[in-house]
Amino acid sequence: MENIADEVLKGNRLALAKAITAIENERENATEIMQQLYPHTGNAYVLGITGPPGAGKSTLTDKLAKEFRSRGKTVGIIAIDPTSPFSGGAILGDRIRMNDLAMDEGVFIRSMGTRGSLGGLSHKTADAVKVMDAFGVDVIFVETVGVGQSEVDIVKAADTTMVVLIPGMGDDIQAIKAGILEIGDIFTINKADHDGADKLQTELNMMLDLDGVMKDWRPPILKAVANQNIGITEVVDTFHKHREHIEANGQLTVRRTERAKNEMLDLLDAKIGQYVRHKLVDSGKIDKFVEDIKARKTDPYTVVNGVMESMLK
Amino acid sequence: MDKIRVLVAKPGLDGHDRGAKVVARALRDAGFEVIYTGLRQTPEQIAQAAADEDVNVVAMSILSGAHPHLFPKVVNLVREKGMKDTLIIGGGVIPEGDIPALKQAGIAEVFTPGTPTTAIVDFIKANVK
Amino acid sequence: MSNEKIKAELEKYEAAVAKAIEKTPERKHLPEQRLYTPLDVKGVEAYTDEIGFPGQYPFTRGVQPTMYRGRFWTMRMYAGFSTAKASNERYRYLIANGGTGLSCAFDLPTQIGYDSDDPISEGEVGKVGVAIDSLADMEVLFDQIDLGKVSTSMTINAPASVLLAMYIAVAEEQGVPADQLRGTIQNDILKEYAARGTYIFPPKPSMRIITNIFEYCSKNVPKWNTISISGYHIREAGSTASQEIAFTIADGIAYVDAAIKAGMDVDDFAGRLSFFWNAHNNVLEEVAKFRASRRVWAKVMKERFGAKKPKSMMLRVHTQTAGSMLTAQQPNNNIIRVALQTAAAVMGGTQSLHTNSRDEALALPTQESVTIALRTQQIVANESGLADVIDPLAGSYYVEAMTDRIEKEAWDYIKKIDELGGAVAAIEKGYIQKEIQDSAYKWQMDVENKRRIIVGVNEYTMEEEPPKGLLKVDASVGIEQCKKLADLKAGKPINKMTKGRDNEAVKAALAELKEACKKDESENLMPHILKAVKTYATLGEICNVMREVFGLYEAHVSL
Ligand code: B12
Ligand SMILES: Nc1nc2c(ncn2[C@@H]2O[C@H](COP(=O)(O)OP(=O)(O)OP(=O)(O)O)[C@@H](O)[C@H]2O)c(=O)[nH]1
Ligand SMILES: [Mg+2]
Repeated sequence: MENIADEVLKGNRLALAKAITAIENERENATEIMQQLYPHTGNAYVLGITGPPGAGKSTLTDKLAKEFRSRGKTVGIIAIDPTSPFSGGAILGDRIRMNDLAMDEGVFIRSMGTRGSLGGLSHKTADAVKVMDAFGVDVIFVETVGVGQSEVDIVKAADTTMVVLIPGMGDDIQAIKAGILEIGDIFTINKADHDGADKLQTELNMMLDLDGVMKDWRPPILKAVANQNIGITEVVDTFHKHREHIEANGQLTVRRTERAKNEMLDLLDAKIGQYVRHKLVDSGKIDKFVEDIKARKTDPYTVVNGVMESMLK
Repeated sequence: MDKIRVLVAKPGLDGHDRGAKVVARALRDAGFEVIYTGLRQTPEQIAQAAADEDVNVVAMSILSGAHPHLFPKVVNLVREKGMKDTLIIGGGVIPEGDIPALKQAGIAEVFTPGTPTTAIVDFIKANVK
Repeated sequence: MSNEKIKAELEKYEAAVAKAIEKTPERKHLPEQRLYTPLDVKGVEAYTDEIGFPGQYPFTRGVQPTMYRGRFWTMRMYAGFSTAKASNERYRYLIANGGTGLSCAFDLPTQIGYDSDDPISEGEVGKVGVAIDSLADMEVLFDQIDLGKVSTSMTINAPASVLLAMYIAVAEEQGVPADQLRGTIQNDILKEYAARGTYIFPPKPSMRIITNIFEYCSKNVPKWNTISISGYHIREAGSTASQEIAFTIADGIAYVDAAIKAGMDVDDFAGRLSFFWNAHNNVLEEVAKFRASRRVWAKVMKERFGAKKPKSMMLRVHTQTAGSMLTAQQPNNNIIRVALQTAAAVMGGTQSLHTNSRDEALALPTQESVTIALRTQQIVANESGLADVIDPLAGSYYVEAMTDRIEKEAWDYIKKIDELGGAVAAIEKGYIQKEIQDSAYKWQMDVENKRRIIVGVNEYTMEEEPPKGLLKVDASVGIEQCKKLADLKAGKPINKMTKGRDNEAVKAALAELKEACKKDESENLMPHILKAVKTYATLGEICNVMREVFGLYEAHVSL
């Protein structure tokens, strides 16, 4: 392919796929692609879908995407699954819930492994979102890995975040409270066909009320049975409501500004890290430092200060 | 090196998935990213997934005898999508006599019962572009 | 002899073993315990409760008082390929050669409720079983076979109601009333979700169809086995012996629960429930598995469901030898494996048996290979002596201890599944599938790491010529079948009739069926399906109506 970014902008689907691959693998042309695409981003609305393993995130995403399609929107989906820290391999299993959706020309689905990232996304998720954005989809879903409580990167990547919970989690609800309860703009209790959905709804309501701080958006708690297509239009309507709400009160701009800042800082961190590594490790200089540190001739703190001074002057 | 991505696919109505799942897990343990399609996929669905996921390998499993019909169809559709370099391999209960025609049709290798999964891993590593 | 004395002697023995091992270390990868003694089994006090007598609760030793001394097991060879005509010839060949029951294998479109002309069926028609599109094909399939005499097993699940209706209709044409029919439909949807893959509808409507069949048959086809609750496929998908019986009995519990919930009395249908086990390679473990399974089921039926009739507590079982143990390499070796598996099934006390052919891992079997497989059963029956004494391995310390162990492992699983909300919930959560897959992966790794030796595969290998003379189903079968189907749909004459099907009648019957599907489970679908079948409505037409109302099952896949 001559120029991947050009092709993406022309709406070439294969180029979109290839661009994400280039970025995920940090190929040489990755930065160039992102540079070219960046001006064309900022148009898609990003929906984060998170929740515990097996809650029905993928099934919901599938049904929600269909609903968006029926409302005339094009959809991109990025679905993330955990990479094994031992083998580096991954089974990317979300797509299996979306097999017939994938045949819709207005839908593009991409599975990604976390590849070492711990926050529930992969390091390259944000860039993949941008590529889809530049390609021109209206709505982008980001499905996180099944989270426990600390994997909350999604709030940084999404405009609206939905937390999916299921009845019968018992005391788990207490455990997750600390983490993902704070990040939900919307809560959906999926598998409402199982016992305990009402109880969970009551519990959640209580917790959110306890949350204290009066916010102008009280996260709604919806119920759905994703695999039977029940409650789907309501969720989509609520997405719209939230979007309108944060567009009106300026929160969307705040979130996106924050995101731009974070992304820049992350990029900077990464680049500086790479640069320093390159200078230090590849040149072999590090060996001498390590030896001295081990011999207690010096200490890591002093060495790092020295390195910083000499390199970043 | 790029991480190798493999689509493990079950085309047609065949429900034999023990082998496909064993292979998928073995590939995962070999460090690949594996997307498993589940049962009853049409050649069109497989080709679309292969392209959107930009996989390096499409690995199909058929034990129901429908391979002469389905394997070549998938190869054609994947190539039509512009996936020129994708390695396409197959496995399952495939009579030896059928293999030359499948290779002719663009299946790079066919793995039959008794194959150690390490042989599949090695083949992919050696042949992926 | 007292336990104390045995213990003392055992210690001496252990010391001798330690010395022997020093000189000659034992082979690697063996089961931990090398020897079983009276210390490993329950005392004679437990005999009547736990083991008992053949034909008596808890049926550990078999379900009939005389077992094979009265009559051998039914030798039932699973067969079907290509067209109804070709399969009919194979059936008549098998009967002529001493086969004592029929067993029909359908092609995948049939098993998943699609007509041969459906685009999704392309390339699959007649490949791995016989293609049945309508009553017209079923008439040919059983041509010159007296359905009043033969017992027929049909491996059909999601569309079992339709195929059973077709069978009843053919019998009626032959002048055989439904209450004379003997045979089995597999009709076990839960293991389709978990291990076999030919599901169509979601669990709820599927369970309704199944209980509808139970009810219909208890009144109209009383000699018919309405379900074959199958562990065979679970095992073939990779499970262990204990998992095979545990998951299957958990499925059985779910069916009984559903039927009771639908208002039936347990003793009205439980006697027609049958099971389907695998006969794997480890001969003694398999025998123990059969024995344990009978004991577990008897307890389940008596204690959990309060069944009163002994018949309701008997686990009657069909068996198939383990195809997954047969190799593509040196295929003649498979004959030996099948012989050993047959011995296991017979010592385990099966009621009927299919033996796989040596070409199992290569293609559908040729007539020659099938004949050897059938002869294997006949040799075991007549020449080995294994069928002459009932439950010959009872009392073996090893086999009894293993029977206890497998029983315990099964109860542990059943408990776990109860906690998950029963078999349906456990399948929807992917629990059962995951357990099976883990075992399958472990098996594969054990073979690859040579913790398990498979002759001809990872040891004793040799260069081989490609196998010759395999059975091949030509692509023309599909074309021919589609042509016949087009004629049928166009109202052209069918088989011996001069009249074709009346498309208006078909339409009306399908509309009636659709309305019945929409009602709740107290509306039995069987009479409506029977009516539709008799108009020569096709399997695909009928299943499409049901799909419209019931929707499709979405599989849970977790790797
Ligand atoms: C296990 C099994 C089953 C199980 C399947 C359980 C499951 N969930 O998978 C059960 C009992 C359910 C079953 C059912 C049927 N079976 Co079956 N089954 C087998 C059996 C005995 C073993 C297959 C197996 O799993 N082996 C173990 C795994 C690990 O090995 P494998 O799949 O061969 O995979 C290895 C290689 O082939 C290769 N490989 C396989 N796939 C892939 C994919 C890729 C990408 C790669 C690289 C490699 C690769 O690598 C693997 C590792 O070595 C074979 C015969 C045999 N011995 O091979 C018959 C066999 C495949 N079955 C057959 C038939 C006919 C059926 C039925 C259609 C019968 C019927 N009419 O109802 C049904 C329908 C099932 C369905 N829904 O489609 C026939 C097919 C005939 C043909 N192709 O001409 C066979 C060959 C038996 C026979 N000779 O009759 N079956
Ligand atoms: N009963 C019921 N089952 C559901 C519902 N939604 C999804 N499921 C089933 O739940 C299982 C898990 O669904 P997924 O969509 O894969 O869940 P997930 O949250 O994406 O899972 P991970 O990505 O693995 O964390 C599947 O078997 C679905 O069919 C529901 O509303 N009710
Ligand atoms: Mg998911």
